[in-house]
Amino acid sequence: MSGTPGRPAAARTGFEDLLRELAPQVLGTLVRRHGQFEGCEDAVQEAVLAATVQWPEEGVPDSPRGWLVTVASRRLIDQMRSDHARREREAALAAEQAAEPAREDVPGTDDTLILLFLCCHPTLTAASQTALTLRAVGGLTTAEIARAFLVPEATMAARISRAKQRIRAAGGTFTLPEDAEREERLRVVLHVLYLIFNEGYTASSGDELSRPDLAREAIRLVRMVHAQLPDDGEVGGLLALMLLTHARRDARTTASGDLVPLDEQDRSRWDRAMIDEGTALVKAALADTTLGPYRLQAAIAATHANAATAEETNWTQVHALYLVLERIAPNPMVTLNRAIALAEVEGPEAGLGLLATLDGDERMAGHHRLLSVRAHLLEKTGDAPGAYEHYRRAAKATASLAEQRYLEARASRLKR
Amino acid sequence: MQFLISMHINPAVLDALTDEEKRAIGEGHGRFMADLKESGEFVLTQALVDPSQAAVVSVRGGQPVVTDGPFLEAKEFLGGFYLVDVENRERAVELAARIPDAAIEGLGVEVRQVMFSDGQLEA
Repeated sequence: MSGTPGRPAAARTGFEDLLRELAPQVLGTLVRRHGQFEGCEDAVQEAVLAATVQWPEEGVPDSPRGWLVTVASRRLIDQMRSDHARREREAALAAEQAAEPAREDVPGTDDTLILLFLCCHPTLTAASQTALTLRAVGGLTTAEIARAFLVPEATMAARISRAKQRIRAAGGTFTLPEDAEREERLRVVLHVLYLIFNEGYTASSGDELSRPDLAREAIRLVRMVHAQLPDDGEVGGLLALMLLTHARRDARTTASGDLVPLDEQDRSRWDRAMIDEGTALVKAALADTTLGPYRLQAAIAATHANAATAEETNWTQVHALYLVLERIAPNPMVTLNRAIALAEVEGPEAGLGLLATLDGDERMAGHHRLLSVRAHLLEKTGDAPGAYEHYRRAAKATASLAEQRYLEARASRLKR
Repeated sequence: MQFLISMHINPAVLDALTDEEKRAIGEGHGRFMADLKESGEFVLTQALVDPSQAAVVSVRGGQPVVTDGPFLEAKEFLGGFYLVDVENRERAVELAARIPDAAIEGLGVEVRQVMFSDGQLEA
C-alpha cells in the first residue's frame, strides 16, 4: 500500500467525477437488495478501486453504473463465501438473486440522502461521521480520506470499519428517519458537511497539493442534498454559505500563504459567479418564513460579498443579522462576531463593551478569537500597548500557523 | 485534531524501578498502542535512545561544533511520544492518562496540540 497515493494519476482526469457521483447510487442499490450496509460498503469501495485500475486501460464501460453494481455484487458474494459463519445468509442471497434478477436501473435518487442519514448516525463521533460520509457518499478512497486528514491509511480504515460496526450495533437501518426524527437528523447531516467544508477551508499542512479538496467536496455533497430537498431553507442556506465563503478563497492568502483579512482583500479576485449563485440561494432561503442559522450566516456572507469595497459594507445590516442569529442560536462566537459589526456601526468602544460580556464565559476564556478581536478594537481606539499585548497573547493561543503569523505581524506593526 | 503526547522520562527514576515494574510499563504501552490502532486514533509513535547518547550541534563563526549531549541540564528528558488524531482536547487528555508513565511519580506526560504537519504518513 505504501508509495502509491490512492488512485492512479490517470484516474484523476476524465471519469473521477463520474465515479464519485455513481458510488452512492451503486451502494444504495446494493444495500436495497442485500441489506447489510457494512459488507456492501466494502464491496463498493473495492469496485470503485477496480474501476480506477481498469477503466483507464479498457475504457469506461457502456453502462458504468451497471458495471459497478455487477463488480460490487460479485465482491460481496466472494466476501460472504469466504466467511464460513455466514453460509446461511449466502444461500439466502443466492436464492434472492435468482428470484429477482434486475432492479438496477431504478435511479437511486433518494439513496444518497438515506446514505447520508446513515453515515451521520448520531451515535458516531464527528470524525467518524465525516470519514464515513466521504467514503460511502463522496466516493473517496480510504487512502484519499487519510491524506485529507493527515493520518495513516490503517488508522482511517480502522475508524471507518469501527463506525460501520457502531451503526450496526445501534440498529441503524437503510431507511429515511421518521418525520419527527428527520429534522433533527438532517441538522446532524448538515453539520457534518459543514465540518468537512471547514476542514478544507482552514487546513494547515505542508503539502496542500496532494490533499483532496474537501471544501469542493463538501459543496458537491450539499448540492446533492439541495437537489433532493430544494425547499429546505437551511440546506439552501448552507450551500449559499459555502459558495459565498469559497468565492473568496483566492483572495484570502498571499502567494506566500499569509492571511489577508477581509477588509484588505482584492475583491476583483473574488469568484463572481459563485457569489451570484450564493446570493440567489440566500434570497430564496430567506423567503421561507422560518429562520435558521445557516441561512442567516449566508445572508451575512452575502452582505460582505456584495459590497464593492470594504468601506461600502452595510454594517448596520450585518449587525442586525447577527442580532437575529444570536437570538435563535445563542453562542459566544456569534456575540464575538456581532461585536465586530457593532464596532463598525457605533465605534470601537461599543464593540469592546460587548466583548466584556464574554469575559465570564468559560467557553471563551483565553480563546484566541476573543483575544484577537479585542486587539483589533483596542488598536482602533488608539490603545497601541493594549492592542500589542492582545495580539501577542492571541498569537500564542491559536493553533493555526497562518493566523499566528498574521497576528504577530499585526503586533509588530504596533511596536516601533 | 492532532495532539502530541510526549513522555518526559527521568533516567534515575526508571533505573530505580523493579524488573516487574519495567515489564508492566512495557506491556502497558503495548496495550495502549493496540487500543489506539483499533479506535482509529493512532498516527505515530517513536521512542528515543538514552539522553546520554545525544549530540549537541551548534554553529559558531560558521563552523559546526559537536559536543556530547544532552543539551538540557535537567533531570527529565524527552523519552518518546505518541501522535494521536482525536475528537478534542479532552479525549487527548483522557488517552494520556492511560499511559503507564502517568502513574509513576517523577515521570511526566504532556499533551500539546499540533499546529503544522508535513511529511509522509504511511506508518
